Order: sequence, then C-alpha cells, then structure tokens
Amino acid sequence: MKILIKNGRVIDPANGIDKVTDIFIENGIISEVGEDSDLKGVEMEIIDASGKIVAPGLVDMHVHLREPGQEYKEDIETGTRAAVFGGVTSVACMPNTTPVCDNEAVVTYIKSRAAEVGYANVFPIGAVSKGQEGKLLAEIGEMAFAGAVAISDDGHPVENSALMRRAMEYSEMFDVVVISHCEDIALGEGDMNEGAVATSMGLRGISRAAEEVMAARDIIVAEAIGGRVHIAHISTKGSVELIRQAKKRGVRVTCETCPHYFALTEEACLGFNTNAKMNPPLRTAEDVAAIKEGLCDGTIDCIVTDHAPHHADEKNCEFGYAKNGIVGLETSLGLGIKCLVKEGVLTMGELIEKMAVNPSRILGIARGELGVGKAADIVIFDPDKKWTVDITKLHSKGKNSPYDGFELYGKPEYVIVGGEIVINQGELMK
Amino acid sequence: MKHDLLGLKELNADQIRNILDEAADMKRVVLSKEKKIHNLQGKTVVNLFYENSTRTRLSFELAAKYMSANAANISSSGSSVAKGETLADTAETINAMGTDILVMRHNMSGAPHILSKLVDASVVNAGDGMDEHPTQALLDMLTMIEHKGHIEGLKVAIIGDIYHSRVVRSNIYGLTKLGAEVSVGGPRTLMPMGIDEMGVQVFDNVHEALVDADIVMGLRIQLERQKKGLFPSIREYFRFFGVDESRLKLAKPDAIVMHPGPVNRGVELSTAVIDGARSVITQQVTSGVAVRMAVMDMLVHGGF
Repeated sequence: MKILIKNGRVIDPANGIDKVTDIFIENGIISEVGEDSDLKGVEMEIIDASGKIVAPGLVDMHVHLREPGQEYKEDIETGTRAAVFGGVTSVACMPNTTPVCDNEAVVTYIKSRAAEVGYANVFPIGAVSKGQEGKLLAEIGEMAFAGAVAISDDGHPVENSALMRRAMEYSEMFDVVVISHCEDIALGEGDMNEGAVATSMGLRGISRAAEEVMAARDIIVAEAIGGRVHIAHISTKGSVELIRQAKKRGVRVTCETCPHYFALTEEACLGFNTNAKMNPPLRTAEDVAAIKEGLCDGTIDCIVTDHAPHHADEKNCEFGYAKNGIVGLETSLGLGIKCLVKEGVLTMGELIEKMAVNPSRILGIARGELGVGKAADIVIFDPDKKWTVDITKLHSKGKNSPYDGFELYGKPEYVIVGGEIVINQGELMK
Repeated sequence: MKHDLLGLKELNADQIRNILDEAADMKRVVLSKEKKIHNLQGKTVVNLFYENSTRTRLSFELAAKYMSANAANISSSGSSVAKGETLADTAETINAMGTDILVMRHNMSGAPHILSKLVDASVVNAGDGMDEHPTQALLDMLTMIEHKGHIEGLKVAIIGDIYHSRVVRSNIYGLTKLGAEVSVGGPRTLMPMGIDEMGVQVFDNVHEALVDADIVMGLRIQLERQKKGLFPSIREYFRFFGVDESRLKLAKPDAIVMHPGPVNRGVELSTAVIDGARSVITQQVTSGVAVRMAVMDMLVHGGF
C-alpha cells in the first residue's frame, strides 16, 4: 500500500521538524518527507491532513495487556485495539501476566500473538525476578534475545536492594533497561493518598514516602555502580525533586509519569469512587503542580498510561477490595493536549517527545520518528477538535476510567501502523 | 426518592437536630412499660452485618420491633457472604425480597454508599470500616443533651485509637456541626494525618486533651493494633493514655464519661471510672435504641 499524507503539520521532534508538508509511505516505510516529489500516475491512498497534526505514532512504554492468563480483563487483540484508537502504535507490556513473563517462552508467545491479532506493535517487558518474587534473577539474557525490550517487576517492587543492583548490572549486558515500580511495601499499605481526604473518608492513607524511599534507593544504587534505571509512574513532588537532583549529578536515571498524575487529584476518590483507586495513588494539587514542572523542565522524560484494565466486578465493589488501576490508552493523548499543551506546560512537539520519542529511545526501539526509511507508524489528529469521553464506548475490555464525561481534544482521526491505515476517519479498518 | 443515613458528613445541623428531637420522644417509648408503637407496621428491616456485633445489631433489631416492623438478621458467617458472594449480588437478592430498610455493618469504609446505589431500600450505615458510625454519634449526642441540655459550646475530649475509629469521625462531623468544641487525644501512631482539618484540636498528651472537658469519651483499643506495632503494649498505653480517676479530675467537676463499648477495663478507662458516678455508658445503650427508632421512622416517612 502506498499512502500520501498531504498538507499536514508534520511534527517530528526527533528530526527537529515542525512544518506543513507531505509524507509518502511505501512498503511500510516512510519513503519521502516533502512536497516536491513527482507522484503523477502513482496509485495510492491520499489522506488530506490540512489543519491537522501528523506525528509519529505514540509509544506507550507502560501497559498491561493481561495476556496470557487474565483475558477476562483484556487481551492482546483488545488492548492493542484500544491503543490504536488512542493513537498509540507501539506498546510495551508489563510482565505481570499468568504465567509471569519471566522466560523466553512467554516473551515469544506474546510476540507471536501480537503478530497474529495485534493492531499495534507490541514490545514485551520481561520480569526482573523469577515469578516476580523478588528473589532470583529471571533469564534476562534469553528474554532480551527473544525480544524483551526492558525488565520490570512492576506491581511487585524489588524490595531486595542487592537484587536490584544485580538486575541493573546484568541487564546492561543485554542492553535492556530496568524499570522500577517504586514502592516500599510496608509503608505503602493503604487505599489512597495519606491526608485529610483519606482521613475524612476513613480510608487508609499511603504516604508519599512509600514511593520516594524506593526512588531514592534506586537512584543511590544506580549512582553507586554507574548503572541505569527507569523509574515508573512517578506521582509525588518529592520523586520529581529526587530525580531532578540525580540527573544534575549525572546519574543514569530516566522516569515517566501518567496522565492521571497531572489531570486528577486525590479528591477524585470522594464518594468512594473505585475508578480513582490506583497505585501509586492520586495525590494533591501540590504534587500535580510539581509533576507539570517536572515535565516542563525535562526531569520527567515520558508520559505513559499504566493502562490497567479490570473486570467490572473488580471495581463495582467496596473501595478497599477494589483493584488498583485505570485504563488509559484511549485518553492519554487527549489529556496531554488538554492539561499540558492547552495550559502551556508543554508545546505540542514536547508532548510528542514525551509520548513517542523518549520512550523509544529509553527502550532502544526504532520508533518515535518520521525520517525517511523509518517504520510508517503515524497518528493524525486535530488538536483543537473537542470530544467527550464516554467510558461505555471504550474499546478496551476494561471500562475502569475516571474520565467519563471529560471533554478532551485531538481524538486520532488516522492511525497508520507499519504502513497500514488502521484507523481511518476515526473508524477501525479491519 | 428514597432516603438513607450513610453518615453525618452528609447531614446539616437542622437535620441532626430533627433526629435528636424525635429520638428524645422515642426514648420515652423505650423507657415505658408498653414498648409498642406502630410507625413501621408492615415494613421490613433487614440487618446485614459483615462484622460481628452484639449491641448494635440487637439495638437495631429491638428498635425495629418496638415499632412493629418485620425484622430479620443476616450475618456474614453462615451466609452467602461467607461463600464469596459479592456485595452487588447480595444487594440484588435482598432487594428482590421487598426490604424497606437495610441496616448495614461492614468492615470496609464506603460499603453502605455502594449498597445504597444498588438497592431501593433505605440504607442505614451501622458502621463502615473506619469511616462512620452515624447512629453511635447520634446516641452519644442524645446522651450529652440529656445531661447537659445542649451540644453548642460543650467541650468534648475523645481519647483513644482515633485512626481506626468510625465513631470519632461521626462524632466530629455531628458535634462540630452543632457547635461543640472537639479535641482528640491519643498516641501519634493512632492519629490519622490531616485530622485537624476536620475542625478539631489534636493532642498527643492526654492531660492537655482532658483539661476543662464537659464530656470525656474513651474509644476502644483493639489488641490487634498492638500486634501490628502501632503501640508497644497495653500496659504502656494505659500508663500514658488511660483515663483513671486522677486524670478525670482535669475535666470539669460535672464532666460525664462515655464509651461506645465494648470497653476494655483498665485500658481505655479504669474500672473505677467505668463504674463511677460520672459514667453514662449504660444510658448510651438505651439512647441507642431510641435514636435508631427515630432514624428508621424518619427514613420511611420523608427523611430528616
């Protein structure tokens, strides 16, 4: 298939491009960027992108696809379908599946399922430790060879500092980064952010210290051995400051946050709203301001969703019993535009950097840019066009979103994955 | 539109006063020889208790029966709840049986709020996790009024495990709305962050909390809190926070002593204080039946 995307505002931060121009796609690859090519008589699909932004497809490096083992929540087909509706053309999926993705066989299974049924590219993340039990290193080298792009015990923080050190040392041989879910388990016991809101509802508060203690530890370990670490889903002012200082000292640390940590505060939990229950928990306005500042000054490298689909029964229950997490793939771009670009925190180019360019670099995958010869993964959207979230219409199996009724911007109109149009005028093609 | 009592957080001062006024009338029924009125004739009250309870469950059951309602009890052990039925499914089942009032006790904060959305019956929160226990606070306030004549201006000192207490949260909401001054006291490890923002004074020194109090309320200390490492020992707790006769002298000379029960003798309060002349703990129990009668009566007859 040949595709010409005409007259769009092409934003390609990796190559320093932000201008109205055309992109020509051939054989799944971008073959030209520019207006002067002679395409007379060539049979092709033409997309008129006038007034719209043409950007590299988003890369979400923190997603739970739930397959294998928890297909009642989500599977690779539905998860990647949700992804493309959100303009996300590549996802890195977390290993807390059943069985745990802690060996070559599961990595291979996920990749082959994705090739078979996936709408977006899927990059598996392997476990740090066997069974995510935090005791023995998983077969990191074999997983890396099978295609794992990072390792993480996400959801099961590595409590043993020596194991974390070994993971950083060992994974570097295979060029995969350690992604750390920072949580001190004992300090982290609770239902929502600690403070007056939790107290007023009789919910158990989770101290910011639970996250920051572990973030500080990982930074110290990385600094001591010259290792590299990526801190997952930071939510507090203190974490931003720890990472800011560490980067100034030259520590090899990168980090990510999620839209909910700049779009919502703990008050979303009022009324025992289980769709606002997550880990780390929603914080305060002060933390939201610090997260935005961290995004603005470059301390925070990436925006990821931590897309965590759950079955309705797992949320339609007592707050204390409800599972942590929300779906996010279909709302991340809209929230980024609304809360960051429209508020002047980031330029559109910077938003694309955090949602496509930087995650690709951190994972070492050849995505997130629009240069000639690159994979044709592209999202096209109008950043001024409003749309309203209706959680019953989400394409994920999980409807656990706190954004029902939110007015967002820039719903993807065209999404191209590997040179194929997957979303055409907002509709799924296959 | 149906009416619920989920907490005192949701009520305004007038609504609370209305309940207390009706409860004062109901108390006369409770104390009379013929304990039978017909306000809930033909209505059905179901007590749905996910936690063990003696006094609260019995109190609701008697309150319903004194008003001629049909009353039934479900406790979590030996029921479908123990078999793993979800709250939503239990709610649907009870709803299908034609219940008018569902009284719920649950170990999780917010459970009655969820239940309320699932059933047609009026829901009464009989204690949810660490959130609220509104009828306890109402009966506390009724008892205070009986002894002091009013709530406004009273100094109320609540001592004990503030962190885990639903009684203290409901009392703070109710008492501050009616103009009382509330202070809370206890070990810092049992004091939730941000409690001061609920409009109370916070002390980790029991003496300061008790000074000039009109009302001294002890809260139950549960032994499993000690096992979780929240305080070193019962002995040390009583030494620093237990209310005995000498500490009670810091309060006003006519101060009364309250406790939601069940009491650990020699832990929250000394035996001499519990059995002393200032203790109104038994009267609280009687007030409880009256308050629950008033609440249920008002819920099925237009609300508060």
